[in-house]
Amino acid sequence: MSACSVEVDRNLCKGCGICVSVCPKNALELSPNIGPSGYRYPVLKGECIGCKTCTLYCPDFAITVVCDEGGGQG
Amino acid sequence: MRRLRKHFSRKYLREEVLPTPFCPGCFNGVVMNVMFKAFEELGVERLKGYVFVSGIGCSSWIPSPHIKADTIHTLHGRAVAVATGVKLAKPNLNVIVIGGDGDLAAIGFNHLVHAARRNMDLLVILVNNLVYGMTRGQASPTTPEGMRTVTTPYGAYEPVMDVAELIARTNANYVARWCVANFNQLKNSIKEALSKHSKGFRFIEVIAPCITYVVRYEGKTPGQKIKELMKVCRPNTETPYGRIGILKAEDKPGYLDRYFEYVKRATEGDKGE
Repeated sequence: MSACSVEVDRNLCKGCGICVSVCPKNALELSPNIGPSGYRYPVLKGECIGCKTCTLYCPDFAITVVCDEGGGQG
Repeated sequence: MRRLRKHFSRKYLREEVLPTPFCPGCFNGVVMNVMFKAFEELGVERLKGYVFVSGIGCSSWIPSPHIKADTIHTLHGRAVAVATGVKLAKPNLNVIVIGGDGDLAAIGFNHLVHAARRNMDLLVILVNNLVYGMTRGQASPTTPEGMRTVTTPYGAYEPVMDVAELIARTNANYVARWCVANFNQLKNSIKEALSKHSKGFRFIEVIAPCITYVVRYEGKTPGQKIKELMKVCRPNTETPYGRIGILKAEDKPGYLDRYFEYVKRATEGDKGE
């Protein structure tokens, strides 16, 4: 089930937190670390179900969901 | 380290101009995602044959440096006028106008109304951020009454202009209004406007409150605001932003159909005499 994870392009992420708030499983949180552009990027803290809602709402095209079995990009 | 997977929108974007110039959390990026998801589901891999026209304003930056297609960044408010010219010169192109409320509803409203009256074959996406965002958040014609902005610190007192309802009263073919949180409905509207109702004037208003001058003044984060919009913006209900949903869907002949019929009549008439 937890075959999915998120990948964040830290050069594009602006740390707005939309992905954290739209995640239906509350599986994301903002990292305490700061990315190269000076913002806190999201990291996975819980189980990702691969719904890709964060991908749809990310305004900076930074977050992608990767699942193990086929069709990972979204 | 292996290369990062790319976001689905990035195949439609000029990647050398990223990151976008928008504020962190700006809903313009979500509007871009909706549009690209609609293109992806329509099977459009490369945006050949699409022309994006925009005027001046924050949301006019959506097409101009970013989308990997033909784009025109024109004068303030004249995006619809320029798009009319593009469509008449090259009728086989799909012309899409993206603009904000200051661009399309304030300075360029006469162009918008007359293009709708003519049922001109354009798709107009109005990204309504409720204030004049680029000039630091003054109250605009679409600011809801009572909303606090920099020029109306005790709440906006002017009556609001309901752009989608006004356009629905004209001769336009397709009018819809969605919040930025209605992702699937908005995507389906854009898909319908590009496939099923591909003739005539199609107008889609997107309520996307300005992150810096509306949402921050309310003391909310972008994430909290999008959750709130998901609760408020139920389809076919009255909201503070007007009625949400598809307001009009018709299949009248577009301007170009009438125009070419007229040209045919005129040339055949010449031959007859």
